[in-house]
Amino acid sequence: MSHQENARGPKPKRLTSSRIGIYAFLVIAAAFFLLPFYVMVVTSLKGMPEILKGNIFALPEKPTFEPWVIAWAKACTGVNCDGIRVGVINSFKIMIPSTFVSILLGAINGYALSFWRPKGGNVIFAILLLGAFIPYQVYLYPLVRMLSQVGLYNTLPGIIAVHTIFGLPVMTLLFRNYYVAVPIDLFKAARVDGGGFWTIFFRLMIPMSGPILVVAAILQVTGIWNDFLFGLIFAGRDNLPMTVELNNIVNTTTGTKAYDVNMAATILTAMVPLIVYFVSGRWFVRGIAAGAVKG
Amino acid sequence: MKPLRLRNLTPQVALIPTWAIVIFAYIGTIVWTIRISFTNSGILPRYDFVGWKQYDRLFHSQRWSISVENLAIFGVLFIVGCLVLGFLLAVFLDQRIKGESWFRTIFLYPYAMSFIVTGLVWAWIMNPTLGIQRAVENWGWTSFTFNWLSRGDRAIYLLVIAGVWQAAGLVMAILLAGLRGVDEDIWKAARVDGIPAWRVYLSIVIPMLSSMFVTAIVLLAIAVVKLYDLVVAMTGGGPGISTEVPAKFVIDYLFNRQNIALATAAASVMFVAVLVVLGPWLYSQYFRKGRGAQ
Repeated sequence: MSHQENARGPKPKRLTSSRIGIYAFLVIAAAFFLLPFYVMVVTSLKGMPEILKGNIFALPEKPTFEPWVIAWAKACTGVNCDGIRVGVINSFKIMIPSTFVSILLGAINGYALSFWRPKGGNVIFAILLLGAFIPYQVYLYPLVRMLSQVGLYNTLPGIIAVHTIFGLPVMTLLFRNYYVAVPIDLFKAARVDGGGFWTIFFRLMIPMSGPILVVAAILQVTGIWNDFLFGLIFAGRDNLPMTVELNNIVNTTTGTKAYDVNMAATILTAMVPLIVYFVSGRWFVRGIAAGAVKG
Repeated sequence: MKPLRLRNLTPQVALIPTWAIVIFAYIGTIVWTIRISFTNSGILPRYDFVGWKQYDRLFHSQRWSISVENLAIFGVLFIVGCLVLGFLLAVFLDQRIKGESWFRTIFLYPYAMSFIVTGLVWAWIMNPTLGIQRAVENWGWTSFTFNWLSRGDRAIYLLVIAGVWQAAGLVMAILLAGLRGVDEDIWKAARVDGIPAWRVYLSIVIPMLSSMFVTAIVLLAIAVVKLYDLVVAMTGGGPGISTEVPAKFVIDYLFNRQNIALATAAASVMFVAVLVVLGPWLYSQYFRKGRGAQ
């Protein structure tokens, strides 16, 4: 009896020490994950003289928003010194239509493939699925040629088309998997009522697609905003998205590097996806789970 | 009532844009790329036929072999690093933690950001003159050196650190969902039998989560093959060509070095490699179970 009590005795103690270990691990991990963000923020609030002292982790002695102002309106990419605001506008101009078109097309595909089962539907699905895994490098050059043939290379519609093309696999998969779970009887009832392809799609399917539309929008908004490769190759000089401008500001400017301005511009570029992330919360995780279905 | 044939035509019409994309943007481009890789094209495509010449050049190119080697180093360390860290985070978060949602938010936020942002921040932290090295020196440890970003033999490992920082949260999120699905009875049974927790994780939980591990590995592997932005932002392929990767090789030869034949040969090699690795898995995942066919 007493033996058993002894055996029980240390247990809470061991438990608390292991609890401390668990929290210690999590706090250290959190510090590792937060560190770059912290460094970004403090660097962006320092002046260059303070940065050159070399205390990258120190809080700013005299916080200044000057680097933010310069990053926004005056930072140079090559000969243009208009700041990153040009890229912000371009990124929105690319992101909004691309998100809309790719979701619409993905929804139509998912709906057609899961309810109407047209001839060759499985072929489409298989190729799109495979296409999602193949490195973009194999598509790039012919796509450049095709787009310049129709006059869309280096234009806004061109880059929107490219985002739509490469967003299609995941969008199609997302909506197909969502609609497959919708009871087929619902669809059949709508057919008996005389609903055609588009009527059922716009009046029945879209209104009940709320959750998956949110997930799709999160995936596309963050994905397209964060894109670098397509923007670099297809957008053209006048439509460069923010990520490309940011890299130009930081990595191709000559002369002394303005680390404070660079970090301010970096935070500005990360802002939109971070806001989406913090606002959407669990929806973002659902997006990952949904995107994970593809993998 | 409309004739039946006409009504069945509508879904086909609705799929025309997708058919066009599949035929031109997916299949057409791949065929075209492979075709160019067998030519002598320079800045513009030519449609002669030179056999395996470009592939021969490719496999004798030092830049390509360094790229492939880097991809292997990065791929293995990045995937293993993300899996280990992500799994540990998920397990520790699954211990009825106070403030769990705070921790989760912190661990996952890097995944929302662009690889460009990640690369630039880490390049700044690792800056050989003003980054960690200088800060630690200023704290009094004057002999401290951490100049990996300017060392050709070490810079690739910094890419791994930045990559793991960005993607470990993804693994955490996937595995945490899996851990939440583990039956409570397993833990009770293990406690009754006096089996230590780590043993249960190793021998029971990890095998139970195997499909989620596979999902995570596939997602990470895709990121590895596509690795481009992070390198451009963080090292630009340097110092020298020590952190070049295949995806960057293709882009550089396509758009800066005007050798599209060599670039498309490299792209074709990437394509075939991915196909060989992923093909069987994809087939078993989506078609053998009949999910594709419904």
